[in-house]
Amino acid sequence: MQTTRTYTTVFILLLVATVAVWFLNISLGSVNIPFREVLGVLFSSEAGNDSWNYIIMEYRIPKAFTSVLAGSGLAVSGMLMQTMFRNPLAGPYVLGLSSGASLGVALVLMGATMFGGVAASILFSEWGLVIASSLGSLLVLLAVMLASVRLKDTMAILIIGLMFASLTSAVVSVLAYFSPAAQLQQYVFWSYGSVGDLSWNELGILSFFWFLGIALALFSIKNLNSLLLGEQYARSLGMNISRNRALLIISTSLLAGSITAFAGPIAFVGLAVPHLIRQVIPVNDHRILLPAVILGGAILMLLCDIVAQLPGSEHTLPINAITSLVGAPVVIWLLVRKRKFLF
Amino acid sequence: MVAVIGINGVGKSTFLRTISGVQEALSGKIEIKEENRENISSEKLARMISLVLTEQPLSKNLSVPELVALGRQPYTNWIGSLTAEDRKKVREALALVKIEDLQTKKCYELSDGQMQKVLISRALAQDTPLMILDEPTSHLDMYHKAQVLKLLKDLSLSTQKAVIFATHEINLALQLCDKIILMKPKEVVQDTPQQLIQKGHFESIFPQDLIVFDRTTKSFRIKT
Repeated sequence: MQTTRTYTTVFILLLVATVAVWFLNISLGSVNIPFREVLGVLFSSEAGNDSWNYIIMEYRIPKAFTSVLAGSGLAVSGMLMQTMFRNPLAGPYVLGLSSGASLGVALVLMGATMFGGVAASILFSEWGLVIASSLGSLLVLLAVMLASVRLKDTMAILIIGLMFASLTSAVVSVLAYFSPAAQLQQYVFWSYGSVGDLSWNELGILSFFWFLGIALALFSIKNLNSLLLGEQYARSLGMNISRNRALLIISTSLLAGSITAFAGPIAFVGLAVPHLIRQVIPVNDHRILLPAVILGGAILMLLCDIVAQLPGSEHTLPINAITSLVGAPVVIWLLVRKRKFLF
Repeated sequence: MVAVIGINGVGKSTFLRTISGVQEALSGKIEIKEENRENISSEKLARMISLVLTEQPLSKNLSVPELVALGRQPYTNWIGSLTAEDRKKVREALALVKIEDLQTKKCYELSDGQMQKVLISRALAQDTPLMILDEPTSHLDMYHKAQVLKLLKDLSLSTQKAVIFATHEINLALQLCDKIILMKPKEVVQDTPQQLIQKGHFESIFPQDLIVFDRTTKSFRIKT
């Protein structure tokens, strides 16, 4: 019966790390701005240098906040899916959620030009991408859930997720083939993933969905803990299985869908962070796991973004590639070292 | 303490899962304390019936006290915080099953027998008048089978709980149970072990070609 108290130090460390990495993130970038100046821009009203001020306020800070939201949101949706599907390999990317979102976005970016007219003008609005991508991931998740009701075998569910991923990517390629170059390029850049393209407005929209998704997850904590015993025990403990499942699906698709819409399909964070956290704090209680995963996701994403910016150079790498490059070896290393997933 | 006995596939598990509410009734209706089960909310039912299933818990990474504490879920608040009362019940549940020494263990470190006791302890922590177990002794050796069933018997006496369990341990059930529900493909009989033996019900639960029931030793033996 370890209580939250036992983990206070871990949480303080995670929190300090998050803040530290956040500051590191905004002080590093293509333009070399001294740390003292960064603090000056942040904490005093007098702007020492107008362009530095602009870079930090309009580019780096929104980017850092986007990283925090995207990392934590994806990590939470990964944790929810791992518990819901009773599978340590589940995550928004593996189960085809991101592919569903990609399909939604591809239809909007490339399909809208084919349909044209009023539909396009609605779809091209800020909300259009979010709605399309959320709907896309919701559809895939529903299909996977339907399959999981019929199939008890979790391996089969994962394979179905992978099949959905190939199906959607096939449709995307067909769309891409018929699209004009400009739209195609827009889609390709979206698919590389980027946390740097959000205005303060868009950041507001993203955080709205983030709070909604996290709130739903928060209200599912007790049921998530019952689910650790399996669905039948959970039911015998008084849990309403279908209502809870619906809540979890909505929460996951809000998080994964909105993040994918704004930041592109970001691989590995959702799968890796819950495992990394379980290795650091050997705990299954979602009351502790949820906040730890939120902080862990934020830290990993901020770090990946620092690497992607290639500080000091004018190039920026696709964030999607970095998360995989960092995430995959870490998971492999942990697996080999511990010889098993603590799940 | 009531045992449910019958040949494989006769519907013991289905019967237990139906009365416990894990599964919908195929036909007919179930009454618990003269109330139709379908009218009992799942929250209320969780305070009436606790379960030990053949299915193993999903996460073996839970520690023993964590798993037992999950039995308190029907009583905890929306986020599942344990009150002092809950902690007391968990300690009592561990003590009743005599597994206080397993408190520091994780579930994946336990033997099958220990795991079964932890699951029984979890069901006790749920603090229900009725406890239902589906084949609690499968996978256990002869000694631990007897140990678990003896434990259930003692618990049913000390805590005044009704315990219903499905089992294939006819010999042990005959010695320990107050009543036995005998499920045969065409009829279901319920009586004390003595009565069931006298009326010759055990002779007909299995096909007659391989094993026969010996009334004097109250056990089955292979036909010679």
